[in-house]
Amino acid sequence: MQSVSRQGQEPRSGPWWTRRWVQWGGGILLLIFLLLFPYLFPRPFLRRMAILVLLWSLLGLAWNIIGGYGGQVSLGHAVFFGLGAYTSSILLERWQVSPWLGMLAGAAVAAIAALLIGWPTFRLQGHYFAIATIAAGEIFAILFRNWEWAGGAVGIYLPLIRGDQLVNFQFHETKVPYYYIVLVMALLAVAVTYALERSRAGYYLRALRADQDAARSLGVPITRYKLIAMVISAVLTAIGGTFYAQFVLYISPNTVFALMLSVQMCLVAVLGGLGTIAGPIIGAMVLIPMAEYTRVFLGGRGGGLHLVVYGLLIVIISVFQPAGLVGLLRRRTRPTPPPAMPTPAEEGIA
Amino acid sequence: MDLTILAQTVASGLLIGLVFSLLAVGLTLIFGVMDIVNFAHGEFLMLAMYVTYWLWVLWGMDPLFSLPISALVMFILGALTYLLVIRYVLDAPMLAQIFSTFGLMIFLRFLAQVLWTEDYRRIRGSLLEGRIEIAGVFLGRPEVAAALGGIITTAILYWFLKGTRLGWALEATAEDRTVAALMGINTEWMFTLAWGIGSACAGIAGTLLATFYPIFPEAGAVFVLVTYVAVALGGFGNITGAFVGGILIGLLQVVGGFLWEPRFKDVLVYGVYLLVVLVRPQGLLGRR
Repeated sequence: MQSVSRQGQEPRSGPWWTRRWVQWGGGILLLIFLLLFPYLFPRPFLRRMAILVLLWSLLGLAWNIIGGYGGQVSLGHAVFFGLGAYTSSILLERWQVSPWLGMLAGAAVAAIAALLIGWPTFRLQGHYFAIATIAAGEIFAILFRNWEWAGGAVGIYLPLIRGDQLVNFQFHETKVPYYYIVLVMALLAVAVTYALERSRAGYYLRALRADQDAARSLGVPITRYKLIAMVISAVLTAIGGTFYAQFVLYISPNTVFALMLSVQMCLVAVLGGLGTIAGPIIGAMVLIPMAEYTRVFLGGRGGGLHLVVYGLLIVIISVFQPAGLVGLLRRRTRPTPPPAMPTPAEEGIA
Repeated sequence: MDLTILAQTVASGLLIGLVFSLLAVGLTLIFGVMDIVNFAHGEFLMLAMYVTYWLWVLWGMDPLFSLPISALVMFILGALTYLLVIRYVLDAPMLAQIFSTFGLMIFLRFLAQVLWTEDYRRIRGSLLEGRIEIAGVFLGRPEVAAALGGIITTAILYWFLKGTRLGWALEATAEDRTVAALMGINTEWMFTLAWGIGSACAGIAGTLLATFYPIFPEAGAVFVLVTYVAVALGGFGNITGAFVGGILIGLLQVVGGFLWEPRFKDVLVYGVYLLVVLVRPQGLLGRR
């Protein structure tokens, strides 16, 4: 089985960008650039965009853990995002609990939800699993829409706290602190993914993605490792949900439990390239500016024209580059294109 | 008294369930032939509603007569979808397939919004308007017509698949596209046909719904999510399963909503689905 080759070896040959030192150097340069970004580009529009790109990188990386490495196509991740957002917001609004503690509580709630959703649905495969996660997502959306105590369909306006202190997780003078917070969160997701890639769990996940029955017959506890991946993914997604609530300061079931949200998390990862670290980040860097710019240029009249273009672009991308943008890079490193889904991560490009 | 109300509820559930059935049958036909879920199915339904509406407003054509036209329009649209998009993702990963039809869904929904705004539109005064009474149970004539349309279309489709050579060819392609091609079946044409017929089902359902349901860009989304559940409940690719699944969903929605709380009717639908696949991961009538 070539799909689970040894990780961590220096690729002997191959183009220059596959060399280890090039990748590390590039990563460090990128990090310096990211740290300086708010001062290099002080325009509020770009700052907001950078924050959104990082938030979506985080969400894409989170989705990638179960969807990319584990191969379980979840279209219900908005559940975890919404639970993260709602838990911290309710704690803040009702009992003035710091959103940082609320974030931890939200992560815990999302982890429990991941177990509750994963345990029955991980027996399903392919489209049955995807539809089941949509069903789970819709159940949460309907319940929160009708849960008056939690704001019902209107949602929750978060109490404004002036003073711009880190402990309040609210910044009104400048949005720069949001940028650094979400940057740390995205880096956390990168670190988690990096560690997972090199762990036993990472190999098990890729093995069960490549061939579930073969992995099971070799003694991989399939459901347990799917659940582990789902919980990690849910926790990271919930953290993103709390960040969103604190950034926008308003949440409602239609924004944080939306099916479109689940789909976009998946889309970010797929667009960039599944089962790689770089994939979701590249996906977010392409998709979010694309969506924001079309919104600015075409959405001014409120007609939804930007979404027409957005939809069309999604179709075009999936037709012409089904392996994601990382696949574009990889295609040039080999004479023949590899199969898109089964083994993207193991080639050392990540 | 109570019995009448219950009978009334069951009857309405059955009627709307038969419309779900028609939608689900179209969806499952496409899936059965090439293992692709059409996430734009609801948008085809919505477009058919608009076709019916504009024929009614501009030319005064009654939905009863515009039915074949909207079926034909949707057949062509479905076939074009295959030829222009799906053909290129047939061998792509499942996610690329999902996103190709998902992108199409977003494209069509917001195109409708740009062209015709978010306003609710209704068709008033069609030939079908009014209601009938059977043993104390009142039924809207448009709903009855829609249910009848659902049954008749499914019956014709069933006959076509089981009783004609073309239908056999389609089923053979669904069974194994490589072997079917070796047997001299033009599978490319079969795929186009499946998309055409599946979409025409949505077209017929759309016209029938337009006689009693408001017409707006998100109308498709309202129906199609539970239709996916109906398809999965019956077993992907299983025509009979989809038909039964649709009826079950309709009954669950209306009767469950009546006994519990109308606003939680879809929680019941999704919950029952999750329970069923917990016991039978392949759906009620699906094969493993």
